[in-house]
Amino acid sequence: MSTLAVHGHGVESHDHDHEHHHDTFITKYIFSQDHKMIAKQFLITGITMAVIAMILSILFRIQLAYPEKTFPLLEVLLGRFAPGGKLSPEFYLSLVTIHGTIMVFFVLTAGLSGTFSNLLIPLQLGARDMASPFLNMLSYWFFFMASVIMLASFFVQKGPASAGWTIYPPLSALPKAMPGSGTGMTLWLISMVLFVASSLMGGINYVSTVLNMRTKGMDLWKMPLTIWAFFLTAILGVLAFPVLVAGVVLLIFDRSFGTSFYLSEIVVQGQVMPYEGGSPILFQHLFWFLGHPEVYIVIMPALGISSEIISTNSRKPIFGYHAMVYSLIGITVLSFIVWGHHMFVTGMNPFLGGVFMITTLIIAVPSAVKTFNYLATLWRGNIRFTPAMLFAIGLVSFFISGGLTGIFLGNAALDINLHDTYFVVAHFHLVMGSAAIFGMLAGVYHWFPKMFGRLMDERLGYLHFWLTFIGAYLVFFPMHFMGLDGVPRRYYAFTEFPSMARWLSVNVFITWAAILSALAQVAFLFNFIYSIFWGKKTTQNPWNSNTLEWTAPVEHMHGNWPGEIPTVYRWPYDYSKPGAEEDFIPQTVPHSQTMSSNLAHDFEDNEAGLAAHNEWVKANPPREEVK
Amino acid sequence: MAFKNIFKFKTLSTAVAAMLLFATTAVMAQAPAAAPATDGGTSMWISVGYYVLLFVLLATIVGIVGKILRVYDLTSQIQGKKSINWNNVMAVVCILFLVVGLYGAYWEFTEQGTLTLPEAASIHGVKLDNMFMVTFIITVTVFFLTQICLFGFAFKYRGSDKRRAYFYPHNNTIEKIWTVIPAIVLTVLVITGFFTWKTVTNSLDVKGDTPAIDIDITGHQFAWEVRYPGKDGKLGGKDYKLTSSTNIIGVNFQDKHSLDDQSADTIYLPVNKPVRLNIIAQDVIHSVYMPHFRVQINAVPGLPTYFKFTPTITTMEMRAKQDDPKFEYLLYCNKICGGGHYNMQKVVRVVSDAEYRTWVAAQKPYLNDALKKELKMADEPKALGQNKLALNN
Repeated sequence: MSTLAVHGHGVESHDHDHEHHHDTFITKYIFSQDHKMIAKQFLITGITMAVIAMILSILFRIQLAYPEKTFPLLEVLLGRFAPGGKLSPEFYLSLVTIHGTIMVFFVLTAGLSGTFSNLLIPLQLGARDMASPFLNMLSYWFFFMASVIMLASFFVQKGPASAGWTIYPPLSALPKAMPGSGTGMTLWLISMVLFVASSLMGGINYVSTVLNMRTKGMDLWKMPLTIWAFFLTAILGVLAFPVLVAGVVLLIFDRSFGTSFYLSEIVVQGQVMPYEGGSPILFQHLFWFLGHPEVYIVIMPALGISSEIISTNSRKPIFGYHAMVYSLIGITVLSFIVWGHHMFVTGMNPFLGGVFMITTLIIAVPSAVKTFNYLATLWRGNIRFTPAMLFAIGLVSFFISGGLTGIFLGNAALDINLHDTYFVVAHFHLVMGSAAIFGMLAGVYHWFPKMFGRLMDERLGYLHFWLTFIGAYLVFFPMHFMGLDGVPRRYYAFTEFPSMARWLSVNVFITWAAILSALAQVAFLFNFIYSIFWGKKTTQNPWNSNTLEWTAPVEHMHGNWPGEIPTVYRWPYDYSKPGAEEDFIPQTVPHSQTMSSNLAHDFEDNEAGLAAHNEWVKANPPREEVK
Repeated sequence: MAFKNIFKFKTLSTAVAAMLLFATTAVMAQAPAAAPATDGGTSMWISVGYYVLLFVLLATIVGIVGKILRVYDLTSQIQGKKSINWNNVMAVVCILFLVVGLYGAYWEFTEQGTLTLPEAASIHGVKLDNMFMVTFIITVTVFFLTQICLFGFAFKYRGSDKRRAYFYPHNNTIEKIWTVIPAIVLTVLVITGFFTWKTVTNSLDVKGDTPAIDIDITGHQFAWEVRYPGKDGKLGGKDYKLTSSTNIIGVNFQDKHSLDDQSADTIYLPVNKPVRLNIIAQDVIHSVYMPHFRVQINAVPGLPTYFKFTPTITTMEMRAKQDDPKFEYLLYCNKICGGGHYNMQKVVRVVSDAEYRTWVAAQKPYLNDALKKELKMADEPKALGQNKLALNN
């Protein structure tokens, strides 16, 4: 199948050569169908959204740290949302909601998967482009529209959606219940439907490209872990996102057409409503059926990226490649049957809670395996601290710290007292928030030369890493203890509870740590933008990496490789192989050229190769004595 | 060339410093002047400008330091000396981070760890706390070990041109071990968790136990309504369609059990007696959260939920233990429910059995005069008679 694909695209590349000169600004930069350009579009939109969501978080952090103070600047900037220079409680909830929505969906799903799946799937598999470049383009533009609509909700009279990023009805279904459940929520829902459409078009494309368009020799077990991660993520997304749409559409019906899917026996502000027979729990099931796979959609690409980066920069093969793949597959399958752990105390049947607890703690096993394998990869490596490598190490650190608290929350009995407290906030911000964003940043630093043909400044990268890394820990670590003291999340102010007053000083500390980390991002943004235009020009393979994308020329072209697509002969992790001349052997080097470093293991399904290898070994007995 | 660079930055930084100085004096001068003025617009922009300048200065300093390092690097290269080995610098920072970070984590555990909730004030809460401790010890051990390995390896195996990494693609035995061990540990946690969860969530009275006191808790934006069952010990039925300004939670007075129900402002609970909360919400989802008792369950419109527990420490005892004469147990909302979410609380008092009896006897009936008038309960004596009948039963 893959041979066929190579031929097909070989022909197509000639067509591209002809078209090449007809690129206008619009077809090249705006409605581009080239996967590399689409990847950049996703990345830059994703970064923009991340900056916006980060600013939102700083706004509500200021409120949490200084609940009694007024900041006239806020009124200038936000107008009626901050009367007298102090955020209104409703707008505080809007900020929390939109921060969560943008970060989870627009940054860590579209910004992360969209960028790196688009960039790396064709380049690391040896394909000329995606299976359907046109769908790919649509995928970006649906995402762009979704982003615009989401942000537009800040400009409607009653403000954006504010029922939390999980938008549980009835709160989100009843415009009377809070101002944000009016037009703002309608826009949120429209935006999400577009977003899911975008994500599905992307996902279908990724899956079909991975399955059909691998170059000659690239069987599934020769794919880099990045591709495995993107592939499984896409499958997760294709299966889970439609369920969210179903949930959202029913919510639209409840809001606009008077149905009662999620509503029952409701009295709002003393007024008896006509809804009967629905169940708010139904929405939670539909939401979390996507919502939980979603957190793996967020973290798996980051894990894939860090596998690749850690291996390359430790100059060592990733430890337990098969175990890494199987644990990804295990996570993928299990992630569909753990959603109920978000609902232990929602009134769901307790027996069901018990079942979900079992599946949830099982999913910790593949996650633990991945962590240990990362540590084993670092062990006795020859570690090169590029900024990308530091971010990958930071990811592992966050993944451990945040993952371990998952063992508390996954336990239904312990969740009773921890549910919806700051303990949860700390948990998911470390394990999926910080870890995934570090995966994304690691990816940006690592593949920047591939995207823009230039290198980012390393020392600014170091500064960015340490400030962000330390800042993130300072922000989220203390939150565990607030949660253990029973401090709930999504509280506008702690002033009404004398027992929570003692956390105020901690809140001030956290806010300043958050501001520090936010300012550190200026180092990144400066570095990013400056390097696009004026960075040092890169060589073709700046990291001495094995994977296929570094065999493509630095100058971008339609079809990625001039002439034939390279053929793949080996797995992507032959780093520091004993007997090899260099400490890396690209995937395109056949075993016949590396007789001195071949191992019997390399010829598992290749008898002729094994025979040749054995002959060579006989002819060249090991010369360790000589050394 | 290099000197020129520094010089350029020096002039730049001097200029920035001068500007900053000017801004500071301007802010200082402005502060007393602006205080009496009602329009603080200009002073606001000046202080905004001040912070922006401060940041620009900071960024400039970072830039200067960067340039100096670059110049140092280049000059030492020209002189044939070794330039800064950033790889080693990063490795050292990693190990520094590990040491400081471990101490920081330890500090947090010992300092902020003491600020967490006091001991559980309920029977099942003690079980949960024990399970928490076991999980805590396991996870903290893993946390320290893995973080030490992560940053320790990063430091120890920092790269050098003279060395090659050890080609070690896999080892099935090791992989099996670190798959099976977490699996076993998690199985143990799951099994204990599962059985504890089963007992905690069983809200029915077991035969032979003291029957639990039923308390009705209704959540709405942004308050809790509390109803006690009255002398018959049974809560009357409710129908949301009966909700009105007098009958706030829609009690159905067709049900004779509802006639003696009492409303209360505070939740009083007798110590060491099982209590069952009958929970529902009227408008949106709320959550009944009583962290001191390790109790939480959502209040959902249209779906009654229950939580049965036994408080074990009275408010007075807890005050003494906490050395805080103002300590109160609280019930507060823990599910986002609108603008007033952050202040939706109810005081809970755990008292001795005798105190509870006197308190409960003093509570007003839910069926107050206004309601009676509205329901046109002319046959008041009859209703009372029914009540007595219920008592006799």
